[in-house]
Amino acid sequence: MIRWRVGALNEGCVIVPLNDTASAGENSLIQLLTPSGVRQSSGDYDRWVADVDGPALQALYEDMVVVRRIDAEATALQRQGELALWPPLLGQEAAQIGSGRALREDDFVFSSYRENAVAYCRGVDFTDILRVWRGNASSGWDPFSINMATPQVIIGAQTLHATGYAMGIQNDGADSVAVTYFGDGATSQGDVNEAMVFAASYQAPVIFFCQNNHWAISEPVGLQAHVPIANRAPGFGIPSVRVDGNDVLACLAVTREALDRARTGGGPSFIEAVTYRMGPHTTADDPTKYRDANELEDWAAKDPIARLSVLLDSLGLLTPDFLAAVNTKANDVAARLRAGCIEMPEPAPMDVFKHVYSTPNSWLDRQQENYGRYLASFDSEPVGSESQKSSGTATEGSL
Amino acid sequence: MSTMTFGRAINAGMRRAMENDPKVILMGEDIGKLGGVFRITEGLQKDFGEHRVLDTPLAESAIMGTAVGMAYRGYRPVVEIQFDGFIYPAFDQIVCQVAKLHYRTQGAVKMPITIRVPFGGGIGSPEHHSESPEAYFTHTSGLRVVSVSNPQDAYTMIQQAIACDDPVLYFEPKRRYHVKGEVDESIELAASSMEDAHVVAEGDEVTLVTYGPLVPTARDAAIAASDEGISVEVIDLRSLAPIDFATIEASVRKTGRLVITHEAAQSGGLGAEIAASITERCFNYLEHAPVRVTGFDIPYPYSKLEFHHLPDLDRILDGVDRVMGRTNSLSGIER
Repeated sequence: MIRWRVGALNEGCVIVPLNDTASAGENSLIQLLTPSGVRQSSGDYDRWVADVDGPALQALYEDMVVVRRIDAEATALQRQGELALWPPLLGQEAAQIGSGRALREDDFVFSSYRENAVAYCRGVDFTDILRVWRGNASSGWDPFSINMATPQVIIGAQTLHATGYAMGIQNDGADSVAVTYFGDGATSQGDVNEAMVFAASYQAPVIFFCQNNHWAISEPVGLQAHVPIANRAPGFGIPSVRVDGNDVLACLAVTREALDRARTGGGPSFIEAVTYRMGPHTTADDPTKYRDANELEDWAAKDPIARLSVLLDSLGLLTPDFLAAVNTKANDVAARLRAGCIEMPEPAPMDVFKHVYSTPNSWLDRQQENYGRYLASFDSEPVGSESQKSSGTATEGSL
Repeated sequence: MSTMTFGRAINAGMRRAMENDPKVILMGEDIGKLGGVFRITEGLQKDFGEHRVLDTPLAESAIMGTAVGMAYRGYRPVVEIQFDGFIYPAFDQIVCQVAKLHYRTQGAVKMPITIRVPFGGGIGSPEHHSESPEAYFTHTSGLRVVSVSNPQDAYTMIQQAIACDDPVLYFEPKRRYHVKGEVDESIELAASSMEDAHVVAEGDEVTLVTYGPLVPTARDAAIAASDEGISVEVIDLRSLAPIDFATIEASVRKTGRLVITHEAAQSGGLGAEIAASITERCFNYLEHAPVRVTGFDIPYPYSKLEFHHLPDLDRILDGVDRVMGRTNSLSGIER
């Protein structure tokens, strides 16, 4: 086990020079597809995507177009008052699709709230993604139905859950992997650092997938880290890699490598996917107050979908038929998302008490019963009637 | 029946739970080779292996957060927090994750985590080793909170806590770890509920409610009161969330007087909740306003002053005198 780890540090892991900055340039990144759409070789990583043929490239393209369409539709639904809030992933499609498509069904994802494209890869019902943001539920789906925990709002807390889950995988003698997603801001949290300590100590099969999208709401990544974030992991004894997060092929390759390491007893890995949050933090945010429009322009030139379309075109795969099919699918998904959102059943008032505990609880049962009586009182006879008097003992209770 | 110390009874209960369910694992600082700083897990790693009794790095939030992940994976983690005052780094994971995941996921994810906390004072320790933080957790929906006061309950309730599909905070009165008592190890878990309060001494003039470390003190106070001709009924809450108000209410309807005592600070504490709830439920039966005899609203003091802070037999009796309308330390003062 230890020999493997040393090997990874010497061969597979890219250690970025310490004089680099947290938002270092592309030269230190693993990149298989340049921003201008040129497929380039990258040493050890080519072999991890050797099987990605034309149809596979087209599938990755379709995924990214569809999740961008979902994102746009959800943003529109928020602007139209159908959602209270939405956290857009615009610009981060490659990081999420590349890593998400590398996973096996029995792997388990613990993500933040922006990983809607990862949820898409896991096979989530699109409407379920919206349940939280419409206010109809505290989370959207049964985590065990797609092996992905529902979005975590407390920054970085999920990295510990993934690590613990991985420790459980280890105890079970299984070869699945826990993968946790978080942002550059989360790397300042104690929980993320503690998770790396535990993951290294137990050599747990967990992947720390950090999307460095450069902004934690209004705080630039330089406020979180003075060195590239990937450089921190080796200090914990965890091999790390810095990858172009807008390059779907490279994201697929580094995730596959890390998964293989975890499955074969090599322990945890850390991936920093360098990308950019093209939209606001959420629909409630206004990035024009804190960031330069030029920065947005620079990153628009590195768009993950545009570069893959150039590659597909060069391979003769960006045919009108293919584009039409992708467009149809994206529109279909968007239409289903919209319909599912608007037709979502309203929760019943008494649902507010459901699932606080898995077994009966005398305190809550009493409050529920009393509130039920209170609600029912609007439908019953006027106060002072016989039926009200007969239930008079309720006045001694507390609502 | 066998005689064992409080600490040994918890150990025996965990051992039995681990024998019955291979998914039960223990996590905490120094709980393996050392058997914990109080030796409560002594011998368990040796007998069940390092994969079931995990010595963890020193990070309470991570212990709790990884326990959450273990629970996702189908395990039933029993977490030891080394001392009451060390639980706060884990507070976020307990309150935001452990307590809420079942609600958040509409019942899909269960959190059968037991969090063992040695709590309370009286052992002459430095700061952060003698606290009573239970009210933070009784105020948090989604958690169950219990406190045990004798070896039999310690043995039975640790198993009930581990078997419970909801998260349970299990508060152990550390100053009573060495107290011995009879334990029936053949007891059926289903035959009792950890949520029931127990009347541990019967009386008909004053209801004295307490839990954990002060139960023996309260029983002594009841005996002392009877020497003065006052009949005190003592209730051991056992469950702090939810509280078995029906048992307290039945007692107060009989006695008409209520005294609550705990080591934790007074304001916003469990005593306030009990006084309010019982007043709501049976105001007309009360002969006197409920009285609280508690620790002060101070940080836990240095050890030479801790016995001024901790309610003792005489302070409890003073409270009994107040509800009885007898001469007491506050006689003649509107307080």
